[in-house]
Amino acid sequence: MTAPDARPSDPSDDPTPPTPPTPPVPAAAESEPAAPPAPAPTPTTELTDGEWHRLHPATPLLRGGIVLIAILGFVLANFRERLVDWVFGAPELPGDPLQTAYERGQIGWISLIVVAALVVGVVSFYVSWRLHTFRVGDDVVEVRSGVLFRTHRRARLDRIQGVSISRPFFARLFGAARLEVSVAGQDAKVQLAYLGSAQADALRRDVLLLASGAQLARAQETGAPIALPLDPAAVAAAQAAPAPETATAPAGASDHHPHPGLVNQRMRELLAPELDPALAAPSSVVKIPPGRLILSLVLSGFTVVLLIVAVFIVVSSMMGRRELFVILIVPGLAAAIGYYFNRFTKSLRYSIAGTPDGVRVGFGLLSTSNDTLPPGRIHAIEVSQPLLWRPAGWWMIRINRAGAAGEGSAQTSTTMLPVGTLDDVRTVLGLLLPSLAKPAAPATGEAPADPVSTRDIVLAGLTARAGEGFTDAPRRAWPIRPFSWRRTGFAVTDDAILLRSGFVWRHLSVVPLARVQSLRITQGPLLRMLDLVDLAVQTVAGPVRARVPAADRVAGTAAFELWASRVVDAASTDTSHRWATPSAQPTPPTPTAQPTQAPPAPPTPEGDPR
Amino acid sequence: MSRLTAGDPVPPDPDPAASPLDTPGEDDGWRGVSPKFVGVELVSSLIGGLVLCAITVPFILLRTWFGWPALAVAVVITIVTLALAPRRVRAIGYRLRADDLVFRRGIMFHRVVSVPYGRMQLIDINRGPVARALGLAELKFVTAAAATGVAIPGLVAADADALRDRLVELAESRRVGL
Repeated sequence: MTAPDARPSDPSDDPTPPTPPTPPVPAAAESEPAAPPAPAPTPTTELTDGEWHRLHPATPLLRGGIVLIAILGFVLANFRERLVDWVFGAPELPGDPLQTAYERGQIGWISLIVVAALVVGVVSFYVSWRLHTFRVGDDVVEVRSGVLFRTHRRARLDRIQGVSISRPFFARLFGAARLEVSVAGQDAKVQLAYLGSAQADALRRDVLLLASGAQLARAQETGAPIALPLDPAAVAAAQAAPAPETATAPAGASDHHPHPGLVNQRMRELLAPELDPALAAPSSVVKIPPGRLILSLVLSGFTVVLLIVAVFIVVSSMMGRRELFVILIVPGLAAAIGYYFNRFTKSLRYSIAGTPDGVRVGFGLLSTSNDTLPPGRIHAIEVSQPLLWRPAGWWMIRINRAGAAGEGSAQTSTTMLPVGTLDDVRTVLGLLLPSLAKPAAPATGEAPADPVSTRDIVLAGLTARAGEGFTDAPRRAWPIRPFSWRRTGFAVTDDAILLRSGFVWRHLSVVPLARVQSLRITQGPLLRMLDLVDLAVQTVAGPVRARVPAADRVAGTAAFELWASRVVDAASTDTSHRWATPSAQPTPPTPTAQPTQAPPAPPTPEGDPR
Repeated sequence: MSRLTAGDPVPPDPDPAASPLDTPGEDDGWRGVSPKFVGVELVSSLIGGLVLCAITVPFILLRTWFGWPALAVAVVITIVTLALAPRRVRAIGYRLRADDLVFRRGIMFHRVVSVPYGRMQLIDINRGPVARALGLAELKFVTAAAATGVAIPGLVAADADALRDRLVELAESRRVGL
C-alpha cells in the first residue's frame, strides 16, 4: 500500500508547497528539489522525437492480410495439383476450372491475371503502409493514413483519457501490438496498429510521460527548451543514470538485443506474465484467482434470471407447449454459454496495478489487453455487491470514464474489479484515487483529531447498516425505500462526494469533486408529501449513477449548496490534466482560484444545518 | 409539505408561503423567462391534448365501453395542462451565481440543477416555429454529462444571444479540464 500513496496525487485541496514534482519513476526518492541533473524521466524511444514514423512492417498482414494469405493458399493449393499432374501424370479430374483452362491453352492468361492481382494487392498494401505514419510531439499525437481518402487525426496529449495496448493472439505471434490513445468523445481515439510489442510499451510510457507535464515542469525550472530528446545534456544524463525502470523494462531488453533467436524471443514474449513485474510494486497489484472468478459468475444476477427463465420454460413445456421448449431452449442455452464464456475469458488473468503513470488494468489469456488510466481520468467509482455475493464478502468496482480505450466492450473498460474481497476493494480504491487514501480533515476544517481517510469512510460505509459518517434518509422515507432507507445517504469529504444506497443490492458511489459536471436536486409529488428530495451528481456517461433517491429536504438542499461551492473550488485547483506538474502552481487563467471560499452569492444564513 | 428551495439561501424558517420559488422577485437574483413563452406552452399543450383526444377516437368508433370516458379524461387532462401553463412558465427560472449557473423548472416535478461555468462544453440556441413567431429562443447549456440537460426556454432572442455571450465569457474565464 505504499506505491499509490507516494505517487503524485489528485491535487484537490492541499497545495504541497515546495515539494518537487515527484517524477513518475520509482527513482523519485533520490531526486531532491532543484536538482535538474538528477535522473529525471526522459523519453526512451526515438518515436517521440516529433518526426513522422511508420508502423510495424507486418501491419498489412495483421490488419487484413489474412485475406491475402487465403488467396495465396488457394492458388498454391490448385497449382499443387497441377504440379503433381505435370510430374506424375495423375488422372484428370473433370469439372476443375483450372483443368478446363489448361485444356484450352489459357494457363498463361490465368496465371498472368492471378499474378497481376497479387502484385496489385501487395503494392496497395505496401503503399497504404508507407502512407500510414504517426508522429508524437510534445503536445500532440498525430496519425496520417489512407491512400485515396487521406485522414489526419491529431489528439492533444493533455486531453488523454487513457492509453491501451492490446495484443490479439495472431499479432502476438508476430510480436506486434496495437496502441490506442483515447481522448474524450465517441470513437475518439488515435489508433496505432500495429507496433512492435516492446516498442508499444516504450511508446506508451513516453506518451504518458509527455502528457504528464513532468518534462514541461522541468523545462520551466531549468529554462531549457522543451525539445528534450535533442537536448544532449538530458540524453546523456538519462543514459548515464539508468533508472531502474528503463533498465528492467522489456523495451531495453529486446530492442537492443534482437539477436538471441527470433523464435526464442517470441516464446519468451508469449509466456511472459501479462503484467511486467518490474512495472508495479507487488503490494499494489490485485489479481483474481480463477476459482473465485468462476464462482462469482455462477452467483451472479444473470444466473438467477437464467434459472427463473429455465423454470418457466420447463413448466410451460410440461403444460403441453412443447414447441416453446425447442424454440427457446437452444438459442437461450447458446446465448447463456456465450455470455459466461465471454465474461470468463475477459476476466481471466486479470490484474490491476498502480504504475507510475496511473492505474493499469490488464486481462486476457490468449489475446491480451491492458489499459492505463492516468490520474484524474476517473469520473465516478461505484462499489457494489449483489445479494448472492454477500456470504462470500465479494465486491465489484466499476467506474465512469470519458472515452474508453481498447478493444473490449464498454463493460470491460469500465470494470475495474470484477470480483474481489474487501481487502482488494481497499487496494483498488487507493489505486483509482490516491487522494482517497490520504487522511482527510473533516469538512469543517477543524483539527483532524482522528485522521480518517475518505477510503476508510467508504469501507466503513459499505457494510454499515446505517450512519458511519453518512447523512441518512429520515425514517419517513420508508414508503419509498422500505428496506434501504436507513442506508440511503450521502457524505462529503475533502475531495469526493459519497453516495450510498441499497439494502439488498448494496451500492456506494464515489464522485471526485473535481470531476463533477453538474448537480441536480428534484422533488416529485410523492417526495414533497414526505418532505424529501432526490439528489443526483452528474458525471460523464457510464455504468455508475450517482444518486440519492431520498434525503431530508433541509439537509439535502444544504448539501446541494455545499457541494456546488466545493465542486467549483475543486475544479479550479485541479491540475490533473498535467498530473506531474507541481500542484502548487495554479493554472494561469483562474480568477476563481482565490481563497477556497464559498461563492459570495448564497451567504448561507444562520438556520443552515450545515 | 414544504417546497424545494435549493439554489436559494435556505430560509431560516421553512415556511412554504415565504418560499421564493412561487414568487420570483427581482432582488434575489432569480430571472424568469419571457411571459410570451406562455404562448408556446399553450400551443404545445394544445397539440399534445389533441393527439391524446385523437387516440381515443378509434375506441369510440369501435363502440368499446371505455371510449367516451377515455375522451373525457383526455379533455380534462388537456384543460388542466392548458390552465397550468402560466404557472409552469413562471416556475422556470435561472440565476447566474459567481461560479455556477442554477436552473430550475417544474411545479409538480420540481428540478433544480447547478452547473459550474467551467464545465460548459458548448451552448446551443434553438428556435422552434412558434417561439420564432413570438421572437423567443431556447438556450441549451451542454456539459460532458448527457444528463445535465439545462435548457432555458422562452428567452427573448436578443437576451438569449447576450446570455450566450456572457456564459461563454464566464466559461472562458473559469476554464477547467474535463
